[in-house]
Amino acid sequence: MPFIPHTESDIAAMLASIGASSTDALFDEIPTDLNCGGLPGIPDGLSEMHVSRLMNQRAVQDGFFSNFIGAGAYEHHIPAAVWQIVTRGEFYSAYTPYQAEASQGTLQLLYEYQTMMASLTGLDVSNASLYDGASALAEAVLMAVRANKAGCRRVLVPASVHPRYLAVTRTTVKNQNIELVSVPFDRTTGIADLAALDAVTGDFAALVIPQPNFFGALEPVDALTDWAHAHNMLAIAVVNPLALALLKPPGQWGEAGKSQGADICVGDGQPLGVPMSSGGPYFGFMTTRQSLVRQMPGRIVGRTVDLDGQPGFALTLQAREQHIRRSKATSNICTNQGLLVTAATIHMSLLGPEGLKSVALESHAKTRALLEKLLAVPGVERVFNSPFFHEAVIRVSTSVDDVLRALRAQGILGGHALGGDYPELADCILVCATETKTDEDLEHYRQQLQRILSRRNGREPGVPPCAYK
Amino acid sequence: MLIFEHAHPGRRAHAQAPYNAPAADDLPADMLRQTPPLLPETSELDVVRHYTGLSQKNFSIDTQFYPLGSCTMKYNPRACNSLAMLPQFLGRHPLADESTGQGFLVSMYELQEMLKEVTGMAGVSMAPMAGAHGEFAGVAMIRAYHDARGDTARREIIVPDAAHGTNPATATMCGYVVKEIPTDRQGNVDLEALKAAVGPQTAGLMLTNPSTLGVFEKTIVEIQKIVHAAGGLSYYDGANLNAILGRVRPGDMGFDVIHMNLHKTFSTPHGGGGPGAGPVGVSERLIPFLPIPYVINERDFYRWAVEADVPQSIGRMSAFGGNMGVLLRAYVYARMLGGRGMQRVAEFAALNANYLAVELKTAGFELAFPERRASHEFIVTLKKLKDETGISAMDFAKRLLDYGFHAPTTYFPMLVPECLLIEPTETESKETLDAFVQAMIAVKREAESQPDLVKTAPHKLPSRRLDDVKAARELDLVWKAA
Repeated sequence: MPFIPHTESDIAAMLASIGASSTDALFDEIPTDLNCGGLPGIPDGLSEMHVSRLMNQRAVQDGFFSNFIGAGAYEHHIPAAVWQIVTRGEFYSAYTPYQAEASQGTLQLLYEYQTMMASLTGLDVSNASLYDGASALAEAVLMAVRANKAGCRRVLVPASVHPRYLAVTRTTVKNQNIELVSVPFDRTTGIADLAALDAVTGDFAALVIPQPNFFGALEPVDALTDWAHAHNMLAIAVVNPLALALLKPPGQWGEAGKSQGADICVGDGQPLGVPMSSGGPYFGFMTTRQSLVRQMPGRIVGRTVDLDGQPGFALTLQAREQHIRRSKATSNICTNQGLLVTAATIHMSLLGPEGLKSVALESHAKTRALLEKLLAVPGVERVFNSPFFHEAVIRVSTSVDDVLRALRAQGILGGHALGGDYPELADCILVCATETKTDEDLEHYRQQLQRILSRRNGREPGVPPCAYK
Repeated sequence: MLIFEHAHPGRRAHAQAPYNAPAADDLPADMLRQTPPLLPETSELDVVRHYTGLSQKNFSIDTQFYPLGSCTMKYNPRACNSLAMLPQFLGRHPLADESTGQGFLVSMYELQEMLKEVTGMAGVSMAPMAGAHGEFAGVAMIRAYHDARGDTARREIIVPDAAHGTNPATATMCGYVVKEIPTDRQGNVDLEALKAAVGPQTAGLMLTNPSTLGVFEKTIVEIQKIVHAAGGLSYYDGANLNAILGRVRPGDMGFDVIHMNLHKTFSTPHGGGGPGAGPVGVSERLIPFLPIPYVINERDFYRWAVEADVPQSIGRMSAFGGNMGVLLRAYVYARMLGGRGMQRVAEFAALNANYLAVELKTAGFELAFPERRASHEFIVTLKKLKDETGISAMDFAKRLLDYGFHAPTTYFPMLVPECLLIEPTETESKETLDAFVQAMIAVKREAESQPDLVKTAPHKLPSRRLDDVKAARELDLVWKAA
């Protein structure tokens, strides 16, 4: 039987020690009418060889595509060393480091991770991670409300924040009487509309500032941070951590001398060495300023000393957490995404400051090149005119669904259709190219899009283009 | 030595980043970063050696016995990892059209169906990313159910005092007030206290069964009746599902909503603290409130349920639907075990726990509930030893590390003084359990004869005992160059 080592003689000896006649007797305190008598609805077990064959068949069935979708999950090169080390049993099969002396490897790595994330975001302290970027934003909103001394329970969230992040935040905070108030984006620039912000009335605990925003566009983060602080709100940054190798870190947002940067920074760490994997597991990160550290949720690692005075590491500030404070904890969270953080720490170490910046620059350049090619195709136009990082929105002259389907038939995932979340952008596609794309990949996309759009022109609506199989 | 201390300006892992990336001359200068982040400048070999070295400072299931009560630290089969990491699965974008991921989605659908069967629940969503996340989903569904009926006076969640800390913390996050009820001398929920606690204000009860005390709540059916008669719903914390897999199903016990910890019962790795996966299962009346997404089978086309499919859903819990790679590992594990294999998990988890309990009792250790049958775990109390020698459960645990065994869970549940919560799991052999008993006996002897040795343990690990108080008082959370 899989993974159970007992021999018949082991079982007999153990039952004899216990004084039980059979393993069934070990369940004698359970009312017999509750016994379900097995799981007939579950298929018989398979050997490793058979389950390998099954999974390989399914993987091959799904295949590979030339991917131009971003929208919160990004395709990047991951050095081979990253996951080979991550899946060493000593990292892979270890528990949460409660026994610090038996977990110094994980704890030191987390301390190094916290150092890297604090520096990357320009803030003082970091936790050891949260579930994902969306849940990290939800936790940041809760944290901002806790930190608000006036008891204000409203938070401003621009419509250019990732719609799924907003959805998750709503799920998380709705039972705590916290109101999320939307602010529209400017239809020309795709970024925050400062006039619309000024028109908002009432008190708020925080303003959420995405950088880049969901459309890939760069927000006027200095002005937004100053605006938030001028209105006694905390500034919550939601960022792509890779972009921060290139862009001004949230801790420095604001006009020089006016404000001291964003107060809380969150995001998804997936671009730092985590494969796309259909959506997870990823990890959320959170950094903040020193004065807010006791409001921060999640595991935190501190450096201390042992009995001999030698430096070592331990979980700290546990008085915030559920296993100590129970119903008064800052959050119910009791995991971090340990393995993903392990990957990200090794990934960031392998790339270093220069390497990470060149990945960011190359991704930016590839998206620029893609955009230039696609905009040359008749029937394609650009939607927003703001500077962007590695994503941008295009409008196509025919049905987005048809275009994306026809591209799929050519092995291309052409981008993310925006109509589902933004009805006013129903004819728009969010496209992304990272350093993983070659000029040939970009050219292939252009040629196929041009072919599809030109054949589609003049056809009656509803008739599929010939690439549609 | 920290990775930053291995760094030298100008050193790089040249193979790992694009060469000659062009400048971003189209971006406004005031948006750009002026000083580089503090990331190490190291070679690839520096990095590989440093992190391989760090891994060697960890205890792990692959290297040590880990009898950590409540955590189910069983062997994580390697095939689960390698098959979840097939390149097509890793490379799939979460927003790629479902037609491009039918092989992946059918696996998710089949896992969902198997979890229904295992738990006896009518519906399952695998959206929650950890046990506590599943708890949140469960209690949020309880609230959504009452709210949808206009039954808004129900503001209390009842939690036994032995419960995991996540239970009360979750109830608070869902806007509920927590009412604690005591445990009787036999380790059961105090039925009289429960009867006194329920009423029109009761939204629900959260319960772990077998409880955190390592015993089965014999009166579970009566408990359900009391809660349901008061109009409340009952929540099953699936932390201890390993104990009853294939033998008793939470749905058959009458629970309305449960979460499962796949990183326990379905053997996905703990990874030094995550990622986990905490699917939720519900009875018929809670199906409309399940978190999205979950997989729908439409004439053998598999797709994610969205908002329009589940208008009363409590909503989304993650940007893209959950910890898919963890779920794939659980799926592979479930397929290798099969129904009969799952049943044997509980049988042998119980056999190992009861054997270890008896052997320790014979060796002179005091069990917290000696007259009860152990489930998959049990509690030893060291109160007498503490009174006689001054050696605490924590001292004892630290000394066990020197013997090459991970310590059992200490000081949880808090009801039992100086406790060790011990869960051997089904994947450990009799010889390992016997060796652990010998180590326990040896530490007990040391506690009696050389208490200072135990008080200052560990002695053979990468660090001696660490100063937690200093860690919290003199916060040092990020490294700064000297």
